[in-house]
Amino acid sequence: MRRIVILGTGTGGTPVANRLRRALAPDDASIVCVDRDDDHLYQPGLLYVPFGRRTLPSLTRSRRAQLHHGIDFVEGEVDAVELDARRVRLADGTVLDYDYLVVAAGARLAPEETEGLTGPGWMQRVFTFYSPAGAAALADAFARFNGGRLVVAVLDTLIKCPVAPLEFTFLAEDALAKRGVRDRVEIAYVTPLEGAFTRPIASQRLAWLLAERGVELVSSFATASVDGAAGRITSYDGRGVDFDLAVVIPAHDGPAFVTRSPGLGDALGFIPVDERTLQLPGHPEVFALGDATGLSTSKAGSVAHFESEVLVENLVATFDGRPPLARFDGHTNCFLELGRGEALLIDFNRDVEPVPGHYPGPVGLPLLAPSRLDHLGKLAFESLYWHALLPGHSIPGVASPMPRRGKRLSMLRHPAYAGGPR
Amino acid sequence: MTTQTLAGVPVERDAEGFLTDPSLWSEAVAVAIAAEEGITLTERHWEVVRFMRHAYETTGAGPNVRLLAKASGVSVRELYALFPRGPAKTAAKIAGIPKPHGCI
Repeated sequence: MRRIVILGTGTGGTPVANRLRRALAPDDASIVCVDRDDDHLYQPGLLYVPFGRRTLPSLTRSRRAQLHHGIDFVEGEVDAVELDARRVRLADGTVLDYDYLVVAAGARLAPEETEGLTGPGWMQRVFTFYSPAGAAALADAFARFNGGRLVVAVLDTLIKCPVAPLEFTFLAEDALAKRGVRDRVEIAYVTPLEGAFTRPIASQRLAWLLAERGVELVSSFATASVDGAAGRITSYDGRGVDFDLAVVIPAHDGPAFVTRSPGLGDALGFIPVDERTLQLPGHPEVFALGDATGLSTSKAGSVAHFESEVLVENLVATFDGRPPLARFDGHTNCFLELGRGEALLIDFNRDVEPVPGHYPGPVGLPLLAPSRLDHLGKLAFESLYWHALLPGHSIPGVASPMPRRGKRLSMLRHPAYAGGPR
Repeated sequence: MTTQTLAGVPVERDAEGFLTDPSLWSEAVAVAIAAEEGITLTERHWEVVRFMRHAYETTGAGPNVRLLAKASGVSVRELYALFPRGPAKTAAKIAGIPKPHGCI
């Protein structure tokens, strides 16, 4: 009997546990999951909380209830992983020995990393919707906001769901217009990136959509400090952006226990697994996926989902003494809410940036274009999340390798885009 | 993609000026790229540039700014003073490694 320990039961850890339970006989492998509480939050739903469209209880279910029969669930805080001894120490003194370890413990917000952010004004006129408490507090402030400067500021390049700040901006613009106060509000979108998004074609489209909604785009802005009392965000190169209400995305770190576990992660607590096999170099028995990895892929739920298929295949192969042959291609898929009942879908991987077309094939959802269908797709996804993704069932037409069919890949050879950044 | 001669060595560079082959890098090449960026390399710059190369050689990618600061011991504020146009990007360019990506 060999023992598999999974740290974290979110969008990555839960499907891994459920798929492994089906793949391995109970007599051959025990599976133990660890998490700090029993509250599984549907994180994409936090976006709607500031607008009063969702409440936190409606987005939360039991973690334990998402795990199949035959999986043990331990509620506790991880103190550290001892790689050489192959064991996990919990804060309450419990020791869990493992033969295989999966780290799926996500990323944590680090607002204290930005000077002044948690000082005067924090949670009063400076908010984040990336935490449940922050999203709920912002709902009250946004309901009262009827004029002035609204600034949405991304404070670091390495954040979860890089499209969510854009979605918040579009939904806020729409909500303020519907409230009849749009002409009394200035909106600015502040980002450390060189444009609205990381890759050129999507960046150009999204910049156009922001302009169309009258949103000022402030790019290449590396935030040095946030002064909630004065209502000002300052960059390292001395530029300033004034606000009456600021919605910020704080910097992120990896799980705290990673920095207490020698050899497991980098200085920020992210785990530098191989970007294709998802194994830790030098430790083929250790895997990681989702927001906790140090990979250059987006920290997005779809990535954790696609990685879970690859990780399980490779862990089972290693378990059976076969080489781990499954490869993750960096596939990412995001529905981006635009307000006004529309959304825009992007689908890409390490080598192919988001382009127009259709997903998952020529007959499918429109890519990189405002669409009513994509908005309905985003809403329908929540049910798939609980009933297909977390149980680890395959969703028809949605697989780990990125589909090339349906995409206008010829655009990538156009002189305006070819030869630019990767 | 263009081919240029830097410090007497023919090198290929992408549209943004990053070397396409990190193995063609030398300290003289670093000095030449830094000059284009308006930077005269001090010992403190060199610490960062060497750290970037080491990070690339061990992980296959250049770190982002906060990771660079945490791991190198040079504060983010000082990094921006040393490389005003963006430390991760500029230091990667001078170190002859590919442009770092916060995410794809």
